[in-house]
Amino acid sequence: MSVVEAKAPTPDGNNRINKILTWFGTTLGQILVSIFVPAMTFLVLWQGYLFLQRAQAPQIVQVLVAIVWGVGGVALLYVVTNWLVMKLPKRASRVLQPFVFVGPAVAIMAWFLAIPVFRSLIASFRNYLGTEWVGFDNYIFAFTDPRMLETFRNNLLWLVFGTAFSVGLGLLIATLADRTRAEVIYKSIIFTPMAISFVGAGVIWKFIYTYKGTGVGIQEIGLLNAIVTALGGTPQPWLSLSPWNNFLLIIIMIWLQTGYAMVILSSAIKGVPAELLEAARIDGASEIKAFFSIIVPYIKGTLLTVTTTIVIFSLKTFDIVRVMTGGNNGTNVIANEFYLQSFTYNDAGKASAIAIVLLLLVTPIIFNNVRQFSKSRRGF
Amino acid sequence: MAKKTLKTAKEKSAFWNNFILIVICVIWLIPILGILITSFRPSEDIFRSGWWQVFPHKENVEVERIVLPESVDLDGPFEILGKTATFEEFRNTVELDDGRLISWYGNKRTRTAIVSERRWVGFATNLTLKNYSDVIGGKTISYKNAEGQTITRTGNNLGGAFLNSLAVTIPGTIIPILIAAFAAFGFAWLEFPGRNIIFTIIVALLVVPLQIALVPVLKDYVSMGLNGTFLGIWLAHTGFGLPLATYLLFNYISTIPRELLESSYIDGASNFTIFTKLILPLSVPALASFAIFQFLWLWNDYLVALVFLGEKNQTVTIAVASLVGEKGQDWHLMTSAAFVSMILPLLVFLGLQRYFVRGMMAGSVKG
Repeated sequence: MSVVEAKAPTPDGNNRINKILTWFGTTLGQILVSIFVPAMTFLVLWQGYLFLQRAQAPQIVQVLVAIVWGVGGVALLYVVTNWLVMKLPKRASRVLQPFVFVGPAVAIMAWFLAIPVFRSLIASFRNYLGTEWVGFDNYIFAFTDPRMLETFRNNLLWLVFGTAFSVGLGLLIATLADRTRAEVIYKSIIFTPMAISFVGAGVIWKFIYTYKGTGVGIQEIGLLNAIVTALGGTPQPWLSLSPWNNFLLIIIMIWLQTGYAMVILSSAIKGVPAELLEAARIDGASEIKAFFSIIVPYIKGTLLTVTTTIVIFSLKTFDIVRVMTGGNNGTNVIANEFYLQSFTYNDAGKASAIAIVLLLLVTPIIFNNVRQFSKSRRGF
Repeated sequence: MAKKTLKTAKEKSAFWNNFILIVICVIWLIPILGILITSFRPSEDIFRSGWWQVFPHKENVEVERIVLPESVDLDGPFEILGKTATFEEFRNTVELDDGRLISWYGNKRTRTAIVSERRWVGFATNLTLKNYSDVIGGKTISYKNAEGQTITRTGNNLGGAFLNSLAVTIPGTIIPILIAAFAAFGFAWLEFPGRNIIFTIIVALLVVPLQIALVPVLKDYVSMGLNGTFLGIWLAHTGFGLPLATYLLFNYISTIPRELLESSYIDGASNFTIFTKLILPLSVPALASFAIFQFLWLWNDYLVALVFLGEKNQTVTIAVASLVGEKGQDWHLMTSAAFVSMILPLLVFLGLQRYFVRGMMAGSVKG
């Protein structure tokens, strides 16, 4: 991974070094170096790429090479492009330099997000292989097929109940914790699930919902069924009970997202002026009244932002459903149907139409963001 | 007097606040506690009893079995240990005067009754690290099943998946931060045509669902031979993380005082020098916040890894998810694997929570 350095290794004095330096100073030398350095950079990066492609070294070596190559490569690319641009005449370099800075980011975002919007849009009007135009067929599927209607219903459940409970509980905990001495401990505990992957959370909750079947002497090992049995009920295969299984999955989302809502809302609540609350209390307002007539209006903006973030999250929910039920038994959601269409049924047309539907669902939020941004940055 | 009642009222409400919070916190922790305990229990124990039974508790423990002689007529009432009852009653468990219980074993023909007694159990619980060594090691495990056939299973090699996850997350965190920092500096301090419109598009891209990109990008990857490579997934994570990274860093970098930069320009520093010597060091807090954010998101990511890496270089989330798919009842493996997958993000999270919260606040402004 070493960059070749143009150093004269000979000990026989200044004469030779001077000669080399003059040679580098000439235009021809400049051009040669300008070609040589990027070429070397490219070669080094290409070798690293091939090494990773072949994948024959022990895994740990591969991983280390991958890390050095990936991070070093990007840094090297910036240094070399900037160096090249600086070699150009002053005028040209001034015009081009901003693009050295923003160019890579813009190119990558264009490749990975902006252009795919249009590519998916085109693909959504073509057939499953992308070979023929099919008009609105894929959208007719997306909006009328019973499978899709089921996903819409479920996503609506996620959106309404998941968001309402995450935000509501987060607000409750933030408010209550604000008045206790052990605030930090409570908040850390509620916040911890945010570090856990949805897949990990899936295992955790699958174990809670697990069901062993009926028979003599069977002891349920899932917490939910154990509780039900202890209360005198009969154990149930919870995850296959439609439509209630949806709520069991939504509970997982609430468990994961309440911490997020709580932290953001908590800092907003701390911003409510103490005098305002004090004044209300002196006027004889109850705590509950003070909460609804002072705290809630004061943090309305934050409340809205948190709700929006969780709404977006609930629309895109995928991992939990994938791991817990695979979308079976009436628990399918839009993002999972997208996954099935594109990678299980290999229907690029339907998959793209579903992706566009997801995009349409978040479009109001996109417009709002852009409007807010241009308002806050007038004269940018 | 009035003051006093106010104070007691306050104490009372503090009590209820704490009470409610403790209840919620316990509910929040029980799921994690459940799999933590389960991951240390031998698999037979996991299947036999719930994890909560590792705690000392009273339970009916079998003390003896009584096989009734052929002479006893099971169709009428009969006597066991001085208690007379019908078969149906015994099957539904009969309590003796001294508190012992008699229940029936299997069906009628076994002629066997089980006497059990309530005793304290759970003081010497069997705990083991074997689940972890099984799930982390990549070696094959052979064992004989009930029919005497030898079954060989490949180990789950979660250790390897752990390394893969590191190989995905470390560059996948640093690369977008580097690129976004350059871009944020460019947008905040350099003049170029189209700056406004491009940045507005970036703001619009903040909430574009990444599903929109999966099919087209995968197509590109297949034709470029990038599918399943680390490079491919770094690029993907970079692409999906860049809008937020650029936006956050832009907000931060554009608040750096103008005078600071101008004096450096006068001293003849180039943009590149100013960026590396001035902007980057000043932006460390913002870079750190985003780094933690991105790290957790990549480590816990499932969809992007599933699509672009697949089974070849599987990450921990994929390894755990496929364990759930293949071995849905092997709780000893699933719980320990889930814990291995959680350990690093939990440490990072608990250690650097302050930075994380700061980044989250800045990010949530976008909605």
